[in-house]
Amino acid sequence: MALNRNTVTRNIKRGVFEEAGMSFRKHWQLYLLVIPPVLFFLIFKYYPMVNAVLAFKDYNVIKGIWGSPWVGFKHFRMFFENPVFWTLVKNTLVISFYQLLAGFPIPILLALMLNEVRSAKFKRLVQLVSFAPYFISTVVMVSIIMLFLAPRLGFVNTAFNYFGLESKNYLGDPGMFSSIFVWSDIWQTAGYSAVVYLAALAAVDPTLYEAAKVDGASRIQKIMNVDLPGILPTITIILILNVGSVMALGFEKIYLLQNKLNISSSEVISTYVYKIGLLNANYSFATAVGLFNSVINLVLLVAVNALAKRLSNNSIW
Amino acid sequence: MSRKIQDSTNDKIFMIFVYAILCIVLVVVIYPLIYIVSSSISSPHAVTSGQVWLWPVDISFTGYLTLWYTPMIKTSYLNSFIYTSAGTAISVVLTIMIAYPLSRKTFYGRSAILVMVTFTMLFSGGLIPTYLVVRELGMIDTRWAVLIPNAIWVWQMIIAKSFFQSNIPEELLEASEIDGCSDFRFISSVVLPLSKPIIAVLVLMYAVGQWNAYFDALIYLKSDKLYPLQLILRSIIIQNNSGGIADVGLQVQRQQLTELLKYSLIVIATLPVLLIYPFVQRYFVQGMMVGSIKG
Repeated sequence: MALNRNTVTRNIKRGVFEEAGMSFRKHWQLYLLVIPPVLFFLIFKYYPMVNAVLAFKDYNVIKGIWGSPWVGFKHFRMFFENPVFWTLVKNTLVISFYQLLAGFPIPILLALMLNEVRSAKFKRLVQLVSFAPYFISTVVMVSIIMLFLAPRLGFVNTAFNYFGLESKNYLGDPGMFSSIFVWSDIWQTAGYSAVVYLAALAAVDPTLYEAAKVDGASRIQKIMNVDLPGILPTITIILILNVGSVMALGFEKIYLLQNKLNISSSEVISTYVYKIGLLNANYSFATAVGLFNSVINLVLLVAVNALAKRLSNNSIW
Repeated sequence: MSRKIQDSTNDKIFMIFVYAILCIVLVVVIYPLIYIVSSSISSPHAVTSGQVWLWPVDISFTGYLTLWYTPMIKTSYLNSFIYTSAGTAISVVLTIMIAYPLSRKTFYGRSAILVMVTFTMLFSGGLIPTYLVVRELGMIDTRWAVLIPNAIWVWQMIIAKSFFQSNIPEELLEASEIDGCSDFRFISSVVLPLSKPIIAVLVLMYAVGQWNAYFDALIYLKSDKLYPLQLILRSIIIQNNSGGIADVGLQVQRQQLTELLKYSLIVIATLPVLLIYPFVQRYFVQGMMVGSIKG
């Protein structure tokens, strides 16, 4: 292959190519193995990235993506000038930051508490139970929320009626939407997220505990001075990932929780892209909105990661 | 970890506090689950009149029997089984096919491929461009659309790769190379038998993911005979289309039965996963640990 042509070039270069050629001859079966997965990534992940040029064109079904005329930033301008833009950004940020503020510390607290429990049986029980809701599907989760919060017959309202309080349609109240979304998410994932911190806690140097014991530290002092510093790198990395994805609010659960009454606070970028793109077949505009979102996500993640690297030397790459 | 700390009074109060909170956590998590199961085996009347608080009232299996005699539910249940088994097989095989070569130092270009793969975690072309690719491939409204476009999860691949890196000793590989053993042979007779724990993790995670998925089915499938259970659930519970399941004469009875069916549906959709869960939990935890060592 490229081997012959490159033997004349510099030694280092030749070395590299020879190594590649040798590796290829000796391990051709491995290279054969990666072809299907690599094709998978090219077709289903990279080809769509190329297709995203659609955002700069006016899609025409007959002409296809490449035959459609270029329109530059028209769709982006349309999106930014549309009043819905600010609503989408606001809703996305409100839900995301709420989720970050409430959902991020709880698994850490749960792990720290579990770590204090001496009875192995009780610890296992709490872990087993709190982990379980993670396996409930999004559809079932939303179904449970709807059944419990139903204006009539719902568990929450029946219980409130019992204590003489009036029934309310919680899912029809835009002001309640973010709370319902965030707290149900905590119910579902806190036990799962705690596992990572428990693993980090198990890896804390035992001699530090010995030292703390010798110094007569109380449990709270031990948590503050040994446990927390010990899992700080893990906390930082998870925080980077969370902050980096504040604009990448998932579609699945929000879409299912939406209804006509709460739409003013529940419409976010991903659900908007789905409706405009697939339900209204406005491909170019929806691609532009989606691309805007993807780019923001990438920039955010890179920026947060760089910041964390400078501040604490912990980063995801 | 048996460190015996002599508890001071403060520590004792603190521990009571910790146990109390954890007990509340237990109740908050488990109560809704028990409530749903209890409702699903109560009588339709008991469910709709709010008599169920913890244990079933007037035990009856009307809900489950009605579901059993509904063809739509059976079809979608079968579809979900097909998607889960076929999807898991495809995903696990593809994941190992890329994770193993990338775990080998002698594999030229491994870092380039790794960068290419992990970049897809950070950036994507978006919903519409992906949809257009799937459409171009003629997969719309076929089972392939649910099985293929998200077959490999990058995170799973990273977990598998780090498992191979730390659990397949270099010495074994060198020894087999001296014996003239080919890579395929080495994979089938050394790597796979040594990798049962990670294969279990992959199988479980993909299977749960596929069983619980609805998004790909929602955007790519048009005909309801291909729908997985999750989509039927969405239409009955979330969109409130009883779809003629509760085909009983009286309006009141029909309403009561529809309400009951929602609970039974939740149970049958979650049961397969929650039944195996206590036995496989440790594999999930292991999987997360492997992943968290170096992301």
